Amino acid sequence: MSSSPTLNAGPAPVFYDNGDHHPQQGTLLGFWLYLMSDCLIFAVLFAVYAVLGRSYAAGPSGADLFDLPVVALNTALLLFSSITYGFAMIAMQHGKKNAVLTWLAITGLLGMGFLTLEMTEFAHLIHEGAGPQRSAFLSAFFTLVGTHGLHVGFGTLWLMTLMVQVQKLGLIPANKRRLMCLSMFWHFLDVVWIGVFTFVYLMGVLP
Amino acid sequence: MSNDLSHLIFGRLSLEAVPYHEPILLATFAMVTLGGLTALALLTKLRLWGPLWRDWICSIDHKKIGIMYIALGIVMLLRGFADALLMRAQQAIAFGDNAGFLPPHHYDQIFTAHGVIMIFFVAMPLVTGFMNYVVPLQIGARDVAFPFLNNFSFWMTAGGAALVMLSLFVGEFAKTGWLAYPPLSGLLQSPDVGVDYYLWSLQIAGIGTTLSGINLIATIIKMRAPGMTMMKMPVFTWTSLCTNVLIVATFPVLAATLALLTADRYLGTNFFTNDLGGNAMLYVNLIWIWGHPEVYILVLPVFGIFSEVVSAFSGKKLFGYASMVYATVVITILSYLVWQHHFFTMGSGASVNSFFGITTMIISIPTGAKIFNWLFTMYRGRIRFEVPMLWTVGFMVTFTVGGMTGVLLAVPAADFVLHNSLFLIAHFHNVIIGGVVFGLFAGINYWFPKAFGYKLDAFWGKVSFWCWFVGFWVAFTPLYVLGLMGITRRMSHFDDPLLQVWFQVAALGAGIVGLGIGAFLVQLVVSYRRREQLRDNTGDPWNARTLEWSTVSPPPDYNFAFTPIVHEQDAWHDMKRRGAQRPLSGFKAIHMPKNTAAGFVIAMLATACGFALIWHMWLPVVLTFAATVIASIVHTFNYQRDFHIPAEVVARTEQAHAASLQVAA
Repeated sequence: MSSSPTLNAGPAPVFYDNGDHHPQQGTLLGFWLYLMSDCLIFAVLFAVYAVLGRSYAAGPSGADLFDLPVVALNTALLLFSSITYGFAMIAMQHGKKNAVLTWLAITGLLGMGFLTLEMTEFAHLIHEGAGPQRSAFLSAFFTLVGTHGLHVGFGTLWLMTLMVQVQKLGLIPANKRRLMCLSMFWHFLDVVWIGVFTFVYLMGVLP
Repeated sequence: MSNDLSHLIFGRLSLEAVPYHEPILLATFAMVTLGGLTALALLTKLRLWGPLWRDWICSIDHKKIGIMYIALGIVMLLRGFADALLMRAQQAIAFGDNAGFLPPHHYDQIFTAHGVIMIFFVAMPLVTGFMNYVVPLQIGARDVAFPFLNNFSFWMTAGGAALVMLSLFVGEFAKTGWLAYPPLSGLLQSPDVGVDYYLWSLQIAGIGTTLSGINLIATIIKMRAPGMTMMKMPVFTWTSLCTNVLIVATFPVLAATLALLTADRYLGTNFFTNDLGGNAMLYVNLIWIWGHPEVYILVLPVFGIFSEVVSAFSGKKLFGYASMVYATVVITILSYLVWQHHFFTMGSGASVNSFFGITTMIISIPTGAKIFNWLFTMYRGRIRFEVPMLWTVGFMVTFTVGGMTGVLLAVPAADFVLHNSLFLIAHFHNVIIGGVVFGLFAGINYWFPKAFGYKLDAFWGKVSFWCWFVGFWVAFTPLYVLGLMGITRRMSHFDDPLLQVWFQVAALGAGIVGLGIGAFLVQLVVSYRRREQLRDNTGDPWNARTLEWSTVSPPPDYNFAFTPIVHEQDAWHDMKRRGAQRPLSGFKAIHMPKNTAAGFVIAMLATACGFALIWHMWLPVVLTFAATVIASIVHTFNYQRDFHIPAEVVARTEQAHAASLQVAA
């Protein structure tokens, strides 16, 4: 689809392009659609948490379990990683390959820091006997937070792959497009986390 | 130690899993093996392995992928229909002292497999196949937006189908009904592999479906020919767009729901269990939030097919194009607001039930508008009763009745009486066979000459249609009656001998439908053998109206040497009317995507991972999962994904086309 020649504008309408027509690039739209589909997976998990989030089965509640300062630190790590990814994108716009790689590396480290803290929290909960099998509330909690964590994990793997590719081939159009997709993915995970932080942790410690 | 190791490798898989003590399964297995070996031998003898691998398995051409989807759907139709015949035969004889030939545990697997296969591996591949084949041609594009992803999607779907088929011979399938409601599908009540086969085959196929939905939306939004504004798109493209929006908006819900049940079964969580706070009705809600839109995912594309067919064979522009588009969009939105009508009896109260009852009834309004649009298109048209048109008229009669029994069921009070009865079974077969299946056969007969360059034999096509049409009514009218008498679904045995005659009539009807399927297979063979008489050199055998008919049949790899420019709806009709001249010179090299084995390899690794997960083979699980991830990463290092078809090749192809047009003239 491009600008449409108007009907009856000229004497003889043209019915065939001269061979120079090229369709638009659909990757970014396609990736947006993928993100929206992923968003629905999270929507389901949030809905499940909303239904089961208070089904403690005589077990511990969020107020008993959540350690808000640690979660706040975790949130800070993830939010900063979004900022550093943003710096990587600015560097990409200016064509500075090394700056891109540096900012990506920092982003990846922040992501891994986030994952480490999250896994420590999970291990601690399971050790306390508050594992996903304990109650429907904990099943929903581990699945929602864990699915987000799994996404961050795959995002980090993707980020490392892209670093190798940028290192090897530079900021060619294909790599720029990929960086753009990962950027959307990374910010998307940030947005989801804000939902998790508010909905699961902050509201979870309320009586 | 060695015992531990073998457990790590083989999990709970052992020779016990092969049901060699079941004569029916053994005979089926022998037949499938024999058929498979014959196919392999033929491939080897005719030296077709190379072409099969290069031109089909690795192909990222949307046309070939579309054909493979349709072939998969037809093969799985035979399996799903065999299940139907077994059920009809069992219910026709299992009365009083006669227990029939199927023990309950086998019967339960058969009705589950029948539903799963017919929806996920017959209707879905056929619908996706048509969208894949036709949409790029209708919008004047050379391929879909993401050709590699398209190939990957197909192989994921095929992988899911393979797992379901495997469950016939290795282990067993779910005994839970096609939506696997917990707590029956939970670990406590279904500890065997059946539900795991169900979960992993649908999860794998579902990934393919979601990606294919994303792909087709991006294709329709971004790749239309110059001048084709949204309101100039062919109706089939419109319904495909809405279908794919629904796919992207619902299949993730299915994926998440199945994942939660998987977690219950593999990790011991308590989402849907009866204790520790679980809630089984949560599953039922979630699965129908996917499940109801799924019905429209199946039926919207065939509404598009009927629209194309009715307009082409009435020789008229479609009546009420704009209202058709709005009706489609309204159905798309409303389909998301009715899911609870599948379980009015849950006990959610009068106001909630009223809401969902009313939204359900409202859906019949845009659907009814469509029926009237098709009728008005036929009104004062020059109707040609070719085979696709027969299916369309048969659909209008059958589907309308099915729709009306649906409105009846939408009344919560009536539903309390009729839910879970054979009335419901008759209703949804009435809309799915009368709508989806009839539409798919209309589509096969309509677009076959485009895909293969010759028409399908009309005589056998008509035999097939009449057998299906008559067979459907003979098979399902008794079920309406039985349902009104209060007979419930999924029974393998009945006590009351007075009911038997109804089931015998229904079995007869299934037999007639079987003749219809047989006639369709004969139609394919006869058409292939008579292909020279049936050959179409014009590329436009039906004097149709949309762009796919403007190119040669079968279309060249690049579809269009020059992209058409669209001025009006029914672009090809407009071009014919105003004497558009096909350019015969000035060809340029065409930029195309390159074939790759990556999609097939990754999808097969994922399928192997699914199999390992089903059998708790933890070491293979880790290995195949790692291999899937690594293969995906390796694939991203391939930057050489396209090539150019040289201008001389394009010129040669187009000259051959011009010559064949002269023959036709």
